[in-house]
Amino acid sequence: MSLEVDITRPLAGFDLRVAFEAPGGVTALFGRSGAGKTTVINAIAGLERPATGRITLSGQTLFDAQARVNLPVHRRRLGYVFQDGRLFPHLSVRQNLTYGQRFAPRGATGPGLDEVADLLGLAPLLDRRPGALSGGEKQRVAFGRALLARPRMLLMDEPLAALDAALKEEILPYLERLRDQIGLPILYVSHSVAEVARLATSVVVLDAGRVVRAGPAEQVLSDPTMVRQFGLREAGAVLPAQITRHHGDGLTELAVSGGRLFLPEMDQPAGTHTRVRILAHDVIVADHAPLGLSALNLLPGTVVTLRDGQGPGVIVQIQCGSDLLLARITRRSAEALRLAPGRPVHAVIKTVSIARTDVGAG
Amino acid sequence: MNDWLGPEEWQAVALSLKVSFWAIGLSLPFGILTAYALARWSFPGKQVLNGVIHLPLILPPVVTGYLLLLTFGRRGPVGGWLEQVFGLVFAFRWTGAALAAAIMAFPLMVRSIRLAIEAVDPRLEQAAATLGAPQIWVFATVTLPLILPGVIAGAILGFAKAMGEFGATITFVSNIPGQTQTLPSAIYTFLQVPGGDTAALRLVAVSVVVAMAALTVSEILARRAARRVAGA
Repeated sequence: MSLEVDITRPLAGFDLRVAFEAPGGVTALFGRSGAGKTTVINAIAGLERPATGRITLSGQTLFDAQARVNLPVHRRRLGYVFQDGRLFPHLSVRQNLTYGQRFAPRGATGPGLDEVADLLGLAPLLDRRPGALSGGEKQRVAFGRALLARPRMLLMDEPLAALDAALKEEILPYLERLRDQIGLPILYVSHSVAEVARLATSVVVLDAGRVVRAGPAEQVLSDPTMVRQFGLREAGAVLPAQITRHHGDGLTELAVSGGRLFLPEMDQPAGTHTRVRILAHDVIVADHAPLGLSALNLLPGTVVTLRDGQGPGVIVQIQCGSDLLLARITRRSAEALRLAPGRPVHAVIKTVSIARTDVGAG
Repeated sequence: MNDWLGPEEWQAVALSLKVSFWAIGLSLPFGILTAYALARWSFPGKQVLNGVIHLPLILPPVVTGYLLLLTFGRRGPVGGWLEQVFGLVFAFRWTGAALAAAIMAFPLMVRSIRLAIEAVDPRLEQAAATLGAPQIWVFATVTLPLILPGVIAGAILGFAKAMGEFGATITFVSNIPGQTQTLPSAIYTFLQVPGGDTAALRLVAVSVVVAMAALTVSEILARRAARRVAGA
């Protein structure tokens, strides 16, 4: 299952010209507001028509300007979750959920109503009307509705953007379950680095209508050239990790490829695979293992690249085991430590800096 | 009621109800289609269509009636063809009264329904399409239920207009008791003869009652539909 997009479309201010491929898993289409993300996802869904190009899903052509193919929206079988839910106000939650079921081809497999209601915690809401639901509940119904139409892929256009921080936290675990238990490919449009870091397995970065970077999430997020796209405060690496043990003092030990990390107690049992996010500005670089430091998390590594940022800052990319870390330090420090590609260093990460909300199950 | 109204008066009331029901019943689907086309589609000649539909609202009803006579009369181009092919005659029949009522009520109906369609968020229809629903199904299950209050209001408004239509009807199909003498025509006739004012007054009372009943029913139906649509 793979989605291939190669389209152009004139937009106000610039021409959209994008080409990328979304393999299975969650592909995040990341970019700032106005980068053209929604136009791309709408073109895939068939709601907007590109000027030229092709869109194919697992070999089936959805759109081909040259061959004059433009499959109508209702025959594309892509579940679309909109930012604003768009539930049918005159139908109950149950009727909303089952709306697309009758159109699913007979052979299409997927979870049934009970399973979806269970997965998304919708069972108590089934007989209500959308008007009586909270924003978070509405969005969960929208996920379920898209899923029950038995789509070949889910398209999500900033599904959490309209929700406040607390509701996002409430919904993200449902999305993770969707990703991990249903296994449907998802194209996830977002301008939130935190959401992308938590959910995405691949990332496509869009800027002013162009794809500036695409690849596996770990690589793209720890790419120093992408720091400007993600923003200095949000830039950081995502590392696959495994919980190894829970300590009595409220800390959980995790193994990453370059060593071990300590986090405030996590709920999951030992052995669970997860991902940790380490922000670039939370990493301190030392040229030898420091002594007498309160920070618990210390990963030895090698400098891969240095990249000048704006102002006095430098982004250092450090190879720790098989993972790449980003550190944002001053140019003065970099010169004092004589940092250069190949130089062995130690990355110091403050325990508290690995926020629990940035830890995603994966 | 049969005793209270004379046979001629009763005939006029019954005929008016029949004419109005048929006029609205048959033109409603076209009204919805036209309203939908005007609200949602862009096509060449859209403004012309809009103008033609609204013409009966602006023209003197006598002019509309005369144009109907020219077109749908037995010697008219459309009327003659319809009689030959389907055996359908409009001139000086109750069917002609229904046609005149439908034409006169059409713009009111379309306006009301069009407003309702324009109030429906097209993004809901898009959402239905992404769930696999073909356009006609989207219309039947999303658009139509959401515009139902507007459709009801339009139909009732059209019905009231059809009940009261006088100028175009009398011009097109004349004023034949039992054939084309509708309620307004009957009132007019009674007022022309000496001593006819009590009969006219009785028919006026019937008109008021029918109008009030129509208004009340539409209010109740529209409120019920609106509550359903609000989704509470």
